[in-house]
Amino acid sequence: MIRLIAMRELRSLLSQPSTWFTLALLQFILAWFFLARLEAFLEIQPQLAEIANAPGVTAALAAPMFNLIALLLMMLVPMFTMRSLAEERRNQTLPLLLAAPVSAADIVLGKFVGLLCFLILLSGSVPLMFYSLSFGTALDHGLMLANLAGLLLLMASFVALGLYISALTSQPVVAAIGALAALLGLWLADIGATASDSPWRALSPLHHFEAFNTGLLDSGDVVFFVLFSGIFLLLAMRRLNNNRRYG
Amino acid sequence: MSDSHSEITLSARGLYRRFGARLVVNDVSLDLHRGEVLGLLGHNGAGKSTTLQLLSGCLLPDSGEIDICGNDLLRQPQQAKRCLGYLPEIPPLYREMTVKSYLTFAARLHGLSTAHAASAIAETLHRCGLESARQQRIGALSKGYQQRVGIAQAIVHAPDVIILDEPTVGLDPAQIRDIRGLIRELGDRHSVLISTHLLAEVEAICDRVNILHEGRLVFDGTTAKLAALDGSASGLETNFLRITGVAA
Repeated sequence: MIRLIAMRELRSLLSQPSTWFTLALLQFILAWFFLARLEAFLEIQPQLAEIANAPGVTAALAAPMFNLIALLLMMLVPMFTMRSLAEERRNQTLPLLLAAPVSAADIVLGKFVGLLCFLILLSGSVPLMFYSLSFGTALDHGLMLANLAGLLLLMASFVALGLYISALTSQPVVAAIGALAALLGLWLADIGATASDSPWRALSPLHHFEAFNTGLLDSGDVVFFVLFSGIFLLLAMRRLNNNRRYG
Repeated sequence: MSDSHSEITLSARGLYRRFGARLVVNDVSLDLHRGEVLGLLGHNGAGKSTTLQLLSGCLLPDSGEIDICGNDLLRQPQQAKRCLGYLPEIPPLYREMTVKSYLTFAARLHGLSTAHAASAIAETLHRCGLESARQQRIGALSKGYQQRVGIAQAIVHAPDVIILDEPTVGLDPAQIRDIRGLIRELGDRHSVLISTHLLAEVEAICDRVNILHEGRLVFDGTTAKLAALDGSASGLETNFLRITGVAA
């Protein structure tokens, strides 16, 4: 059931022209950024060669590149999650799912998996760009894997939050602005905190992504992402069940 | 025609539902037998749609019990909903999908296997007269065809209980005739509960009528009984208006 709902969500996203437009624009920005960074690296490479333990091409490119896509996703994910439940409610298609033999958990997890698959598709070009470099040089696979794992967890947390806010309203635009405000708020809590050990920082998914970004796999960060996503998914399921109670 | 000895597929006991301070469904109990079409009749705002939402599991009652084919809808919702097909007042259609992919989704959602779904969909497309539209996008279809897709969605998994909320609203006379024919046909094999405010519809397709007025059930009987109430031959309309308290 989860797979069925996920597939429908994915197809519905891919049937929207706006999705393809965003996809194309994002690929352009990422490719341009990647090439600009690569050019800068090639320019300073002779000087780097003289330093002992100089950063390699992966370290010089991966950190800013994954940081960029993390920031872009923060702004883009609400555009994709806004439709999931809010539009079902606005178009009155929710009764099809509510009257079918599926639970609220199936519905929410199906939509979550569908959106996550779409985002993997969306960001899939980034590792491809990096691995294209392996034709000419050796890559730091550990750093790449840490970044990819971090990105996956980060996307999961964004989708879970967006899905919950989409479950609260019947207006997709309200859902988008709400999710964007929440994500930006969490980001500001991170960059706005003056002390480096401020508890506000611990709330922000982007703060927990930083360690992955530098190649550090911290189980504490993994637990944060799992808890963050889990809590918002559970809240979304609860909201959907309350839908039956309050109409 | 139904008789009281045939199997009961849906039974509701003592349903209450309020929205805020307003009691919308007030102690409604009804039974649906296999092989009958039951009409839920009432004025606008009498609580018909809310009652059907309760019976389909889209809304929880404040109190009361609903049993579908031996499964309690509130305690075993998954099993009960497997025996249920529901068309809400506004058909729940994904406009970007084609008719065929939409019906495939609906069939699989109700637990049909891929292989089983294909034959069920072919039969449903035929029954609803949708064969020519199978590859079209739902958003591009006319209102009448969209309504048919909505009905197709409710019957594709051959449920024992079919609940249709005002299935013929907004259709042209030829489409109304077709849909009524289809509902009559469905009523012979399954059991159908339809809501309507059209007396002609009740007369044309229903075996039995329940009249809902201000959230209460005020009449339960065959259409013939309603027409000949109190021994007078004053007809359906007069009796309906008298029961619901509107001067004839």
